[in-house]
Amino acid sequence: MRNVVIVGYGMAGARLADEIRRRDPKAERVSVTVLGDEAHHAYNRVLLSSVVAGSLTPEAVRLHDTDWAAEHHVDLRLGGGVTKIDRTRRVVHVGDTEVPYDSLVLATGARSWVPPTPGLLDGNGELAPGAVAFRSLDDCARIVAKASPGTPVAVLGGGLLGLEAARGLAGRGCLVTVVHPVGHLMERQLDAGAGRVLATTLQGLGIEFRLGALATGYTPGEGLELNDGTHVPADLVVVSAGVRAETSLADEAGLDVDRGILVDDALRTSDPRVHAIGDCAQHVGTVSGLVQPAWEQAAVLADRLTGVAPAARYAGTTVVTRLKARDVDLAALGDVHVDVDSADDEVLCFQDPARGRYAKLVLRDDRVTGAIVLGAPDAAAAITQLYDRGLPAPTDRLALLLGRALPAENVASPADLPAAAVVCRCNTVSKGQLVGAWRAGATTLSSIAEVTRAGTGCGGCKDAVCGIVDWLAASQPQSA
Amino acid sequence: MTASASIDTSVDTHCPYCALQCAMSIDNGKVSPREFPTNRGGLCQKGWTSAELLTSPSRLTTPLVRRDGELRPATWDEALDLVAATLRDLRDAHGPDSVGVFGGGGLTNEKSYLLGKFARVALGTSQIDYNGRFCMSSAAAAGLEAFGLDRGMPFPVTDLDRADAILLVGGNPAETMPPFVQHLKNAELIVIDPRRTPTAELATVHLQPAPGTDLALALGLLHTAVADGYLDRQYLDERTTGFDDAWRIAATWWPERVERVTGVPVADQRAAVRILAEAHNAYVLTGRGTEQHASGADTVSAWINLALALGLPGRKYSGYGCLTGQGNGQGGREHGQKADQLPGYRRIDDPAARAHIMDVWGVDDLPGPGRSAYELLDALGQPNGPKALLVFGSNMIVSAPRSQHVADRLGALDLLVVADLVLSETAAVADVVLPVTQWAEESGTMTNLEGRVLLRQRAVAPPEGVRSDLDVLQGLATRLGQPAERFPSEPEAVFEELRVASKGGVADYSGVTYERLRRGEALHWPVVEGGTPRTFLDRFAHPDGRARFVPVEHRGPVESPDADFPLQATTGRVLQHYQSGAQTRLVPELHRAEPEAYVEVHPDTAARAGLVHGGMAAVVSRRGRTLARVRCVPSMRIDVVFLPFHYAGDGRANLLTNPALDPTSRMPEFKVCAVRLESV
Repeated sequence: MRNVVIVGYGMAGARLADEIRRRDPKAERVSVTVLGDEAHHAYNRVLLSSVVAGSLTPEAVRLHDTDWAAEHHVDLRLGGGVTKIDRTRRVVHVGDTEVPYDSLVLATGARSWVPPTPGLLDGNGELAPGAVAFRSLDDCARIVAKASPGTPVAVLGGGLLGLEAARGLAGRGCLVTVVHPVGHLMERQLDAGAGRVLATTLQGLGIEFRLGALATGYTPGEGLELNDGTHVPADLVVVSAGVRAETSLADEAGLDVDRGILVDDALRTSDPRVHAIGDCAQHVGTVSGLVQPAWEQAAVLADRLTGVAPAARYAGTTVVTRLKARDVDLAALGDVHVDVDSADDEVLCFQDPARGRYAKLVLRDDRVTGAIVLGAPDAAAAITQLYDRGLPAPTDRLALLLGRALPAENVASPADLPAAAVVCRCNTVSKGQLVGAWRAGATTLSSIAEVTRAGTGCGGCKDAVCGIVDWLAASQPQSA
Repeated sequence: MTASASIDTSVDTHCPYCALQCAMSIDNGKVSPREFPTNRGGLCQKGWTSAELLTSPSRLTTPLVRRDGELRPATWDEALDLVAATLRDLRDAHGPDSVGVFGGGGLTNEKSYLLGKFARVALGTSQIDYNGRFCMSSAAAAGLEAFGLDRGMPFPVTDLDRADAILLVGGNPAETMPPFVQHLKNAELIVIDPRRTPTAELATVHLQPAPGTDLALALGLLHTAVADGYLDRQYLDERTTGFDDAWRIAATWWPERVERVTGVPVADQRAAVRILAEAHNAYVLTGRGTEQHASGADTVSAWINLALALGLPGRKYSGYGCLTGQGNGQGGREHGQKADQLPGYRRIDDPAARAHIMDVWGVDDLPGPGRSAYELLDALGQPNGPKALLVFGSNMIVSAPRSQHVADRLGALDLLVVADLVLSETAAVADVVLPVTQWAEESGTMTNLEGRVLLRQRAVAPPEGVRSDLDVLQGLATRLGQPAERFPSEPEAVFEELRVASKGGVADYSGVTYERLRRGEALHWPVVEGGTPRTFLDRFAHPDGRARFVPVEHRGPVESPDADFPLQATTGRVLQHYQSGAQTRLVPELHRAEPEAYVEVHPDTAARAGLVHGGMAAVVSRRGRTLARVRCVPSMRIDVVFLPFHYAGDGRANLLTNPALDPTSRMPEFKVCAVRLESV
């Protein structure tokens, strides 16, 4: 039986173990060993912003229960980091122990990148007191411990995760300031206009911004100095300035590494017995840092390692960025850095900053190739579906951009209703039939119901029938 | 040949169609609505016109036997002798399982019961199932797993009047049981349906997921219920088990991920959960739209998990229920026409249940479980499958999935016998057709969607030449060597036996009598002495008294759209027709209102396929091709088309549908398959 060893028990490593056991539930094809360096069971990193916001407990974001490994025939070893990979002897070293492998999977993830702000790191290269990265469950515990209402908090980094943390902390009543070195928020996903509207929306939720500003110093207990000479008071600094793929093991083992561990469509590194998935892997130039690619990679690799589908290939993942922040609906996808007057593309743009709405839609050959949708939740959902499914966009672009068709004009009077319009659905009674019955002498609600059966099913049309009876009575010439 | 119905004085009865079983009276061949808790004096167009089939010239009044390729009139003795002789020969040559029986969810409790007994005792076959497998099986499986008991609505319909919020998923009662809508009026209504149906029009919030993604949506709503602080922990501790395992999966379905899979905006997910959770009284109700999938049982489990997380089931004026579809879809699944069941909702593989039923029936052996409905149809005429099939109350050529294949299998039989009141599409290809009584011409009990047993009394005399299904079963049983008293043909006598057989079972009818029903007593099963309008107030039906969360994961539709079949088709009903339409298409007023097959499609999708509103289209799947009139509907999803399944011939929506089966309930995936549109 082949021996699969997974280094890393984060979202990618845990998912791979799950996917392997879904295909090989009784461990008849492969044995699985998972080596995790954190002491606790795998958790769902995507939900850490919910933990910071207080909507989910740390326990609720665990991916596995404590008996998961035993129930699924997985040899799970926690709390000991892998120190070395010996590719010649096909073993990995965990402390003094050697773990042999037939197939090795690196799912080592990424670590927070700490900007070189003086004072942020102490003499040992650790974050100084009051500064916390936003990466692990332990980080969350540290953040939450300090985040009582009224606490001044600075968030370093106005990217996706920084803003999710900021929103969660503002929701706890902290006084949050986001410091971001670029002139607008989430510049990787948003254009300047969208970034501005997003900032306005978040300001309305109590978050302040210092955009285009660099932190030049940190003093524990005081806060941040910025390069514009101002000061941001902060009892807590949340560092969310980006991540770097964790590649050191691979590097030391002589595998090809760029910004991540290089893998092909079979998720093989430069050593075909060694694979890499998730945040540590670089596939066709992309180091994703998102969960969806990691999960898709885990499924492909499980297909291959269990032999269920030995030809399975990973073809990349369509990325949709979706801010997870209460009361803020933001989706961004594809290439949005296209001018409104582009000759090759059809670009639609709608801005309503006062109401926190911004929508930009880029289409080519009727297909969505890029979009930013802010403050229009229905549109975000619909456009994402068009993009993911490669569907042609509806011709009513305005409705698409707004997320719903404009309501049809209300029929003001029964007079405007066409004769063929069905008034009572339960009995298929049209306006024309009601008019006919009325003219034949059924001039009250009960008599018209008796003749036509209108209103005798669910009764939902009674008001409409009444309206028609009244209209007919009113339009009747008064006779003496 | 004209059928004449002799008319008695006004008789109280119930509508022949759906599971709401609207109360009505018949007087001089004229139907009028009757005040009753379920329909409150309402009737839809089907109910109002239901008497027309009593005197329809389309009514069958003589047995037909195929001779020289054509169905020709025969006497009852000729027809029954021929059937019995063929069945005997097949049994002698190939064993008892060479004969199959296919029942229906419209049959009375008495017929369902006697049909199951006939199959297992007179034929000795295990090969019996019914079309209710295509209706209620997913909800039934999930209900059993969660609560230990499956009663569609474990509370009276009128309890819904007290609800502040109702989440209705995959149901369209404004068309399928219109008078029911009266019970939704006091609540904030959340409707989940890929289409903007007339029911969705009534909703406060309409969630419009992509077909086949309901399970992800249900997981997502559970996630949001937890994240937004609505979990009823005290209820979980006191009345349920298994939440943690269900949550581990729901935890991975955060709202933004759910939005991407389902297309339902995060804000709407939150709004739906908020409305449901903040209501004092709230219900979760499911219909076929969410159940008729190859993952239907798990999908219903996911909805029940949501209801449990909010502490709804087993509380007065709150809970979970499914909207039963067919007239006796509830009772039909309790009394033994299902492959895996014996009367009283007993399991056929339970030794104690078998012993009890063998004792009641006076036999010393019973066959075991047989094939599920589609598997049975698929096996017909195959080397190991049945060579003869007896059909009661079903028209599978129109209503079964992959219906051309089903027609081919029926064509491979040595003998196909169909008992029906009109020449349905399935009867038209039979070797022997037996004309049977309907609804107002016979007495019998029905169990409505809330588990209430109703008596439909004979109101008119049947046309000459027509016999009841019970008569037919007795006639065949005696010809197969059974004593006549073992197969009574009087409904009340059958019911008396059913009472004994069901005694001590899950669906215990032992306390129900015709006399009590005539007096108008409201008897919801189980009925030992009094009825049980609400089943779970004190405890759930599992041995520990608790409801069980079932950990389920989203799987998605079996068939995904691709370049050849880029759209998804979903099927459903229209107000004017019932089931396969065999009856309602013969009522002139209903036929005029909805005369032909149609396909609803977004105007852009129609235009791209070169189709115009009012023109004809071919809808093509891997299994077949349906011709339908195009209706452009701007509220349709751009990637979805909808077809009603009531029509015959080239207009059969089920020519397209996917017979992939749910692993637990054996429900086919009616509600989603990949198709393309072609101009014709």
